[in-house]
Amino acid sequence: MTASVVVTGLGVVSPNGMGVKDYWAATLGGKHGIGRITRFDPTGYPARLAGQIEDFDAEELLPSRLLPQTDRVTRLALVAADWALADAGADPAHLPEFDMGVITASAAGGFEFGQGELQALWSQGSQYVSAYQSFAWFYAVNSGQISIRNGMKGPSGVVVSEGAGGLDAVAQARRQIRRGTPLIVTGGVDASICPWGWVAQLACGRLTTSDEPDHAYLPFDRDANGYVPGEGGAILIAEDADAARARGVRPYGEVAGYGATIDPRPGSGREPNLAKAIETALADADVNAADIDVVFADGAGDPAGDLAEARAVSTVFGDRGVPVTVPKTMTGRLYSGGAPLDLAAAFLALRDGVIPPTVHIDPCADYPLDLVLGEPRPAELRTALVLARGAGGFNSAMVVRAA
Amino acid sequence: MASKSFTLDDLKRTLREAAGVAEGVDLDGDILDTEFEVIGYESLALLEAGSLIEREYGISLDEEAVGEANTPRSFIEVVNAQLAPAKAA
Amino acid sequence: MSGRRVVITGIEVIAPGGVGRENFWNLLSNGRTATRGITFFDPAPFRSRVAAEADFDPYEHGLTPQEVRRLDRAAQFAVVASRGAVADSGLDIPSLDPHRVGVTVGSAVGATMGLDQEYRVVSDGGRLDTVDHTYAVPHLYDYMVPSSFAAEVAWAVGAEGPSTVVSTGCTSGIDSVGYAVELVREGSADVVIAGSSDAPISPITMACFDAIKATTPRHDEPECASRPFDKTRNGFVLGEGTAFFVLEELDSARKRGAHIYAEIAGYATRSNAYHMTGLRPDGVEMAEAIDLALGEARLNPQSIDYINAHGSGTKQNDRHETAAFKRSLGDHAYRTPVSSIKSMVGHSLGAIGSIEIAASALAMEYDVVPPTANLHTPDPECDLDYVPLVARDQLIDAVLTVGSGFGGFQSAMVLATPERSLV
Repeated sequence: MTASVVVTGLGVVSPNGMGVKDYWAATLGGKHGIGRITRFDPTGYPARLAGQIEDFDAEELLPSRLLPQTDRVTRLALVAADWALADAGADPAHLPEFDMGVITASAAGGFEFGQGELQALWSQGSQYVSAYQSFAWFYAVNSGQISIRNGMKGPSGVVVSEGAGGLDAVAQARRQIRRGTPLIVTGGVDASICPWGWVAQLACGRLTTSDEPDHAYLPFDRDANGYVPGEGGAILIAEDADAARARGVRPYGEVAGYGATIDPRPGSGREPNLAKAIETALADADVNAADIDVVFADGAGDPAGDLAEARAVSTVFGDRGVPVTVPKTMTGRLYSGGAPLDLAAAFLALRDGVIPPTVHIDPCADYPLDLVLGEPRPAELRTALVLARGAGGFNSAMVVRAA
Repeated sequence: MASKSFTLDDLKRTLREAAGVAEGVDLDGDILDTEFEVIGYESLALLEAGSLIEREYGISLDEEAVGEANTPRSFIEVVNAQLAPAKAA
Repeated sequence: MSGRRVVITGIEVIAPGGVGRENFWNLLSNGRTATRGITFFDPAPFRSRVAAEADFDPYEHGLTPQEVRRLDRAAQFAVVASRGAVADSGLDIPSLDPHRVGVTVGSAVGATMGLDQEYRVVSDGGRLDTVDHTYAVPHLYDYMVPSSFAAEVAWAVGAEGPSTVVSTGCTSGIDSVGYAVELVREGSADVVIAGSSDAPISPITMACFDAIKATTPRHDEPECASRPFDKTRNGFVLGEGTAFFVLEELDSARKRGAHIYAEIAGYATRSNAYHMTGLRPDGVEMAEAIDLALGEARLNPQSIDYINAHGSGTKQNDRHETAAFKRSLGDHAYRTPVSSIKSMVGHSLGAIGSIEIAASALAMEYDVVPPTANLHTPDPECDLDYVPLVARDQLIDAVLTVGSGFGGFQSAMVLATPERSLV
């Protein structure tokens, strides 16, 4: 009934490294992927830094048939899915088609594709809008294209809960595996670094205006002043533990627990609910706070968000009660892609017995957190907690355990 | 400008732009009477190709005829049928 | 927790021609249509110029001027309908643990209307590549990322449990409710306010469906433009709207003496892995979803009293699902009334699945099968009983409702009276 669900494959597309190997080496080495935007001229905008993926050649990695109909975000997701399946040693052509599904998170769909078509519509006329606009921009596009490319006829799904969505998708994948589908491709990728996407992101009012890549996105720092957005994420292969064992693969680890809440309406006077999400995830995993060896924090990068998260972590774990890290200081915040990438980092940390560092920050002493700073910290790791929050008050927490 | 007609080369160029080329398909082979399905183009690709042609040549294609054109030859005929009156006009 | 059963105890609908549950049901049971020539913008440049628009005044439904300014039309629908569903259920949410109350909102295209509008402003009518942020409204980010809909609904009803937007194209409205059912069954929530909302009637949506010729160009008689299963059908009519539900665990609903519309007895979704917009005529994947939903409901195909079809009115869809019904229900498909309410309220993309669940639950409530309007000349390839033109009185204890969406998604849900005997 509550089958154990494991992750057997990772596909990483990150500003600081493409593929698991490069990403993990960069992350342990403290190498970041934040820089001035090159995709368009950001001079006139108040925020100019982003975590961009610079070395991605879609034409080399995907059939040309898919290119005219896909936004950059879908190309990244398709490639990440290919890599994750290869990493899991799973060849979809040789697995029963109804035994595989695709459940991803998205925050903004194919926003750049949408900009092109909106521009065609308003500057030239409705007959200039592409046939592909009917799906290339929408939130479900990555799940649909991954299922078609890989012949996966099991349950598909798409969740949108901004930065928390990546964990919600993996939790939904776990549900579908428990309902009987042995393998689900899950995780999430976002990429909206185009002028229209940039202006929409600026409107949220939480982007840093810093021009110094190593002093811009500073979660838990006294100088925290907003975040650097990025593009990318990770696709994970989640499987029924027995099915994975039958295939003879060694999983990275188990998706052991999950909890989600939403904060009350701002100004209601009620308490925020991240701690509640953490407690639910721990209970679901049947572990105590003391069993958690490391926390991958959400790291909002603004004083209010950082304070709320620091309070939630210290409420559950006590002051400086658990090592905390924010490897996304090296990538920027990737929206739906951020938490799946943190899950990948958590599984790799469990595998290698090392906690990746948080870079660039000088921690504010007001937050009672044991942050892993600058250098990776070797540790005996068995269980990790990944936190993810989304604009609007979404809180998700996931416990993962070594296999 | 010399009188223009729509050729197989025009169609191939348009298909490449509208929908790329399927793996294992040689568009430069003998495809004039090969069904679109066989060379990897389904209705969506042909709709996109049709609308690129309409914009480039400033014509409006007969929807039903486009829908029924299942080979490059018949598709080219549909386009040329519209190009002729457009030139005359 | 596996024994937990989930029931609908509150419903609210905003649909074209039917703002409010009663008005919606009147429209359906009288077989009236709400499709008309587009009034939201000048439709002259478009191939398809008809739509099913809702006459919705947000102020009449209690939204403040600030909310009206901030919220995209689809979010306005969702806030109003979620409150309406809670009121209908009689549930006192403040008396519950708010962490045990979740929210799921389905939407295919999110805040498309707001995005289309604001893009024109910041791009100076499409002239600027590097669009101008100084003209952007502060809530533009909420339009970009439609999880804002789930946050707005949670705030409106006071929920603090698991909350998200489910966006699986045109099956979002079934999948959002299906997601919610799983939350209650597994014990992550005791109550979920679930539904879906879309308000896609804007130039960019009309243009993209024009480009694939999916919408009907029948503008001479807009009130008869949506013609599912009719031989003369030639595309769907774009609609808008929302439906929301209060979903509760059966025992606690009974304990508090709630009115129970129906149990959501079974749900499944499958993918065709075939095409982003096309459907294979054989309906295999939809049949698979139907079989699984029936199995979960522990019902025989023969128990289905009414099929609420996707019935979009495209050539391909209506044939595809007719094949799927026959594949799953066998001979019983020929004996079961099948109807498409899209003939009356159009196709509101991600919202319609929830609106169709509402229609299914109300059909059970009143023992009336809503008809398929505009069905005068049946397509020989669609040879089931599609309840043409006039509603039919009939006892209904179990309904199958289905949906198909871009991305290749196929979903099926079974609603049944909780008192039924289980096989």
